[in-house]
Amino acid sequence: MKQVMNPVYRKRLLTHRIGIALSVGAMSVGLLVLAWILVTLAIKGFGALSLNMFTQTTPAPGSEGGGLMNAIIGTVMIVSLSTLISTPIGILAGIYLAEYGEENKVANLTRFVTDIMLSAPSIVIGMFVWAMYVATAKHYSGYAGSIALALIAVPVVVRTTDNMLRLVPNSLLEAAFALGAPRWKVALMVRLRAVKAGVITGVLLAVARISGETAPLLFTALNNQFFSADMNGPMANLPVVIYGFAMSPYDNWRELAWGGALLVTFSVLALNILSRTVFSQKQPN
Amino acid sequence: MSADITSTPLNTNEPVQMATATATDDAEQRALHRTMRNQRIQDFFFHKTTMLFALSVLAVLLGIIISLMVGAWPAFKEFGPRFITTVEWDPVNDQYGAAIAIVGTLATSGIALLIAFPVSFGIALFLTEICPAGLRRPLGTAVELLAGIPSIIYGMWGLFVFAPLFGDYVQPLLKSVLGPLPIIGQFFTGPTMGIGILTAALILAVMIIPFISSVMRDVFEIVPAVLKESAYGLGCTRWEVVRKIVLPYTKTGVVGGVMLGLGRALGETMAVTFVIGNANKLSWSLFAAGNSIASTLANEFAESDTPLHTSSLFALALILFVITFIVLSAAKLMLAGMSRKEGVK
Repeated sequence: MKQVMNPVYRKRLLTHRIGIALSVGAMSVGLLVLAWILVTLAIKGFGALSLNMFTQTTPAPGSEGGGLMNAIIGTVMIVSLSTLISTPIGILAGIYLAEYGEENKVANLTRFVTDIMLSAPSIVIGMFVWAMYVATAKHYSGYAGSIALALIAVPVVVRTTDNMLRLVPNSLLEAAFALGAPRWKVALMVRLRAVKAGVITGVLLAVARISGETAPLLFTALNNQFFSADMNGPMANLPVVIYGFAMSPYDNWRELAWGGALLVTFSVLALNILSRTVFSQKQPN
Repeated sequence: MSADITSTPLNTNEPVQMATATATDDAEQRALHRTMRNQRIQDFFFHKTTMLFALSVLAVLLGIIISLMVGAWPAFKEFGPRFITTVEWDPVNDQYGAAIAIVGTLATSGIALLIAFPVSFGIALFLTEICPAGLRRPLGTAVELLAGIPSIIYGMWGLFVFAPLFGDYVQPLLKSVLGPLPIIGQFFTGPTMGIGILTAALILAVMIIPFISSVMRDVFEIVPAVLKESAYGLGCTRWEVVRKIVLPYTKTGVVGGVMLGLGRALGETMAVTFVIGNANKLSWSLFAAGNSIASTLANEFAESDTPLHTSSLFALALILFVITFIVLSAAKLMLAGMSRKEGVK
């Protein structure tokens, strides 16, 4: 067949090729930046990874060595508590939206607000908790940090629970209703159970989201140079320690900041990948 | 049982049996009513309990707005509406105005959007139209991982790795090429320190790319195959199909995705705080250090010592919250319009 090669076609082909090339370029830029960040973290962070990082507390200004033990434990405690707070609230609110949310003004408004809270500035949430809790209790505390993080996690859990529950086929629910089960039993023991894996995914994503959050903890959990398991007082936590240490003039502090950064990033990314691969395969279609 | 049926005095027993039958029926009926009533009560409580939790989300939003207003009230009373347009932000003399922070926030987010939009479009296009099917999932996940990296890590990477290179190589280049130009020249003047408004905008762009491209991917995928196939049938190139079929069809969704990215960029705190330079100055140069609302809050809130300082910071937070709320609402409404279109298909 004769090749069509008139000027118009040539021009269209050129535009097409430029467009595709730019698209491939954009994709490469995205991947390159991801790789660049991860490689930077790996190179700078692995130097700081040592047993001391997990067994010693954060060093005083000017002193040698030190670790992140108090910050790691603090983060685990604060994040665990906020997961304990946000999971039941998020799941029950999600159930309401899925069960009673059709053609219902309150539910539609809740859904709308949830979507906005998903992207609301986290520092403002920190200031809200400061105004409501820290300013009245007159001291910074791990509890305040947990509450701030829970406020960020709840919308994530609500959204995924609502989305997952609405995937459950009606025939399954009707079968349960036909057996005479009351609505709450159908909702909890049939509908929720059918999408258990999906809901767990939502909770994991929420944990991943709040584990690296720094801004809301600045004015709530604050920081603590020493080990403290008392959640009613200021608590060390990884993000705030990383922030403070990265900006510091001490070499060992900066090195610890990179070590902490490596730890936080790879835990968060591992949670992300875990929730995407392991649990997402069990979702109903 | 069989003995009963064959036995002769069957009819004499009948009324008695009937009576017991109705008695048990009655009992059963009552038990059934009781169960149903219990179930109705349980369902009632279930409904109200779950509703309470759903309403708690609304209550938090109201609480945030009210507490910010209460906190911001002294500042607004002191400075009035000119708080927004006053440039001076001077904790030493207790004089506050929001102009620097607002301009910094809008400038960084706006530039970030200008950069992120074409890149996100390219990524979404690649993942929906060009990418081999087998690579689609891993590459898509990789891009979404960019959204999973905590903000503070972007800040550290931006300050210690990106900014020095940017200041040494890219900024001098921009300065020599764009600096002499008539109008836009003034944006590219001044010392090339690496940190500043432009660096913050670039980091923000990287951070919002995954959000925008993920929305774009979702809306590109709802374009009916018939539309695209007819265009291919007319001999369109792949680029023409995207440019003239996919993009017009998904216009609202694409704009919604961009607004979502803008909403994210406006409130981003830690990454910006690291690289924006934290200077309360207003300058035409994009290389100059500045401040955004969020970075001002992060830097000064814990150390604010006068009540007016704290209150002015609350006023900044309120302004930020209102702007993001409006932008995100617009995004949400546009995306809702898009999903209705999906329903029509």
